Amino acid sequence: MAALLVTRAAVAADLQSFETVARGQYLAVVADCAACHTKPGGKPFAGGVALKTPFGTLVGPNITPDPDAGIGAWTDDQFVAALHDGRGRGGIRLFPAMPYPAYTKMTREDALAIRAYLQTIAPEPDKIEANRLPFPLSIRFNMAVWNALNFNPGRIEPDSSKSAEWNRGRYLVDALGHCGTCHTPKTLLGADNVSAYLQGGPLQGWFAPNITADSRKGVGGWSIDEIVRYLKTGVSPDSIATGDMTEEIVHSSSKMTDSDLKTIAVYLKSLVTPKESVPVSLAASDPRMVAGQAIYKDNCAACHTDAGTGTPGLFARLARSNTVQSDDPTTLIRVVLMGSQGVSTADAPTSPAMPSFGWRLNDAQVASVLTYIRNTWGNAAALISTDQVNAIKAKLASSSN
Amino acid sequence: MAKKLPAKDVVIIGLGWTGSILGYEMAKAGLEVVALERGPWRDTATAFPSTYAQDELRYDFHHDLFVQTKQTTLTFRNKADQTALPIRSWASFLPGNGVGGAGVHWGGQTWRFLPTDFRLRSHLKERYGKKFLPQDMTIQDWPVNYDELEAYYDRFEKLCGISGKAGNLRGQIQGGGNPFEGWRSDEYPTPPMKQPYGAMLFADAARKVGHSPFPMPAATLSQAYVNPLGMRLGQCTFCGFCDKFGCGNYAKSSPQTCVLPALMRFPNFSVRTESEVLRINLDGTGKRATSVTYVDTSGEEWEQPGDLILLCAFSFFNVQLMLHSKIGTPYDPQTGQGVVGRNYAYQTVSGVNIIFKDKILNPFIAAGASGMMVDDYNGDNFDHSGLGFVGGGYMGATQTGARPIATRPVPADTAKWGSGWKRATAETYRKALRLTVHGSCYSYRDCFLDLDPTYKDRFDRPLMRMTFDFHDNELKMSDHLTNRLADIARAMNPSEIAVAPRKGPYTVTVYQSTHNTGGTAMGTDPTTSVVNRYCQSWDVSNVFIPGGASVFPQNHGYNPTDTVGALAFWTADAIMTKYLKSPGPLVQS
Repeated sequence: MAALLVTRAAVAADLQSFETVARGQYLAVVADCAACHTKPGGKPFAGGVALKTPFGTLVGPNITPDPDAGIGAWTDDQFVAALHDGRGRGGIRLFPAMPYPAYTKMTREDALAIRAYLQTIAPEPDKIEANRLPFPLSIRFNMAVWNALNFNPGRIEPDSSKSAEWNRGRYLVDALGHCGTCHTPKTLLGADNVSAYLQGGPLQGWFAPNITADSRKGVGGWSIDEIVRYLKTGVSPDSIATGDMTEEIVHSSSKMTDSDLKTIAVYLKSLVTPKESVPVSLAASDPRMVAGQAIYKDNCAACHTDAGTGTPGLFARLARSNTVQSDDPTTLIRVVLMGSQGVSTADAPTSPAMPSFGWRLNDAQVASVLTYIRNTWGNAAALISTDQVNAIKAKLASSSN
Repeated sequence: MAKKLPAKDVVIIGLGWTGSILGYEMAKAGLEVVALERGPWRDTATAFPSTYAQDELRYDFHHDLFVQTKQTTLTFRNKADQTALPIRSWASFLPGNGVGGAGVHWGGQTWRFLPTDFRLRSHLKERYGKKFLPQDMTIQDWPVNYDELEAYYDRFEKLCGISGKAGNLRGQIQGGGNPFEGWRSDEYPTPPMKQPYGAMLFADAARKVGHSPFPMPAATLSQAYVNPLGMRLGQCTFCGFCDKFGCGNYAKSSPQTCVLPALMRFPNFSVRTESEVLRINLDGTGKRATSVTYVDTSGEEWEQPGDLILLCAFSFFNVQLMLHSKIGTPYDPQTGQGVVGRNYAYQTVSGVNIIFKDKILNPFIAAGASGMMVDDYNGDNFDHSGLGFVGGGYMGATQTGARPIATRPVPADTAKWGSGWKRATAETYRKALRLTVHGSCYSYRDCFLDLDPTYKDRFDRPLMRMTFDFHDNELKMSDHLTNRLADIARAMNPSEIAVAPRKGPYTVTVYQSTHNTGGTAMGTDPTTSVVNRYCQSWDVSNVFIPGGASVFPQNHGYNPTDTVGALAFWTADAIMTKYLKSPGPLVQS
């Protein structure tokens, strides 16, 4: 009997066991390691994805088992230290583009399962230099200071007052899924602004929306099932995933189990933020609203409808949309100026796109029509100024050069 | 010397409706599939976005979506004793180009052929006797019957989400639908479109005259729809820019809205655009195709080997590639022998224009397939005894828009220019309506396609030569039907009516229809057809022409796309369930 127990324990710890590798593969999908470590069309986990951060460009390194170019020669403890402490082999400090501020919350067991899976990948010999930051940001020692100020290492402790489902959801959101990397706004130093946890933040020319349970600006109006369907297919009755969320859905959440997605939905729906005073809609008789309505009828209503309802899975709903009413209108202005393409998934392959209106509407017209949709059909949000449109246009032009 | 590429299981030539459907079915089955497309990639939001899709000058007059005549064209003559000249500007018909093909710029009128259409020669002989048909009429029975094709019509209609009202559900006649249609296993996927005012006035008058008007079956969707591939379509907005235009609103069924994004997800499917196929290459026996040679935009030639070659181009170009590839015996009008190019047919379209004194129709509220129809005079739905012709067509209020450049109706006595014309235009624009007869065009010994002896394309290949004229049978049919339509039009009490049956000779300088059919007819007899009942070449069994209108033995009184789509699914099924299990001829000749 004792021998049997010993054997079982040994099997559980066996990093070559089928179950551990399979679980590690799933966890690597949930953590979306490939987003930064697999170049589109490139070899799995061989690195090379350029990440544009507000501080400069970093490149996802090779994490295949190649002993020189990859991480094959790392010990398990070194691997876990990278995830938990932001320390690479030899103690070098990683840049937080590697979301170790989230992965630090991951259990050691899960980290090792990911390690076990990565050890099964074909080794690739190409070394990738991750650090392309300008001096002096390129000095890794800076990160010691940054970490001291901004980094709180440590695992998540389950909250026994909450359901297992809620706890699993929080673990997936905070540790593996690292949702806050995009959806929590950052401080000037690039750390999470914890007081605005998951309330949305700017992201490479987009605004990653509020995903708390706020009914106006977040996903409070979405049902659990709608959030699950959105993460699985990229499509909810209200919207179609676009921008960087497209990649997250294709590579990560569309491959997660429905039960895990449900725990995420349960957790997000629990994030009730204090009620803010809701702004009052601009009067329909306001000249900007009158102009905006005329522009809307001519340019937008054919797809988004006169009632702002859109068509599920095809044209985004504008009425009561969190993106439309967002305090930060970056996404809204960007989409009108440049257009956008929705995600294509197995269940919702259409990948519908909105064309660019930037060549057809001037900045004042864009401002008017957005002011109109932000203050019609029950929507209420600050008006958009011509200067705001102009500023986003300039930013988009400089980032595409 | 062409560079040889790695072999594929399936090579598709042309990525329009049939290429997309076959591509999807073959890729889904796990085969390695490549499609070669002459024209550009076309995607809704980038190729014809809602921001400029309704540009009449660009699309209707400058032919933006069509193959450019500089790229390729046809030569034309009415009779075999004339010298054909190249068409330098499209008018009578508008061949598509690019991914989606004609499926991008069609109007969306989606009709099934009648059960009797599929056994046309036998049926007419049985009903009217052996001597009823003109001597030189070469119509023949289809090698498939309506009952066999019904399930495939249903599949194509569900792929598209066609809007309509069934008139015959499993043999039970349904009120509000077309009482003459063949039986349907299921109702249309989406309800019929709402109808513009002019169409409703027509329907009222048609009922008064004793007909049963019904809504046109439409690929311009009455409501949002999700098809079996998970593709989502929107609701038509009646903008009136469908035929000759791409739909920027995802509301018209097309390869783009119904198939392509789902197809492109298959890692075992790829498409090479701007790649014009020169020929299908055969092995030494001439009985097996080995590869396809194509040219890219740099003038580089490539050889793409494949086990199965699917010819999915527009009808003319299917015929042309068969001739250039020397597959099948070219048709010889002198002897009546040979098959490739035989039985070219068209559509006999005519109309009645009416103007009201006091009714505001707002005819710009329309769609490519909106309208109320009457089918009493189609095919053999009426007794032809003593009429002196066979065939027929549907008729109705088919005005698909009132686009500002092309739509300038004025009373007959109006000046042709100047202030009088301008005044009349402003006065009449909202009060005029066009009614149409969409008539059949049967096939004849002296109507055919062959290679032009003089004119060549930019690759030094002979151009396709069309020899075609309307025959007395079609002109009599058009006269009879257009006058029946005028009877209904008069019951609408217009202040002015202009009745215009189709008159000969056929001209390529006036738009009529892009329903160019035949040339690689399907049939049961290799001496009168190019492909067998599974759209497989009689001569080279690994070449199929899966349903393009070139396989029609003659053209009937309906638009071809529903039948094209049904035959595409029919062929895909035959390849999957029969051919792949035992490659070789599926029908012994």
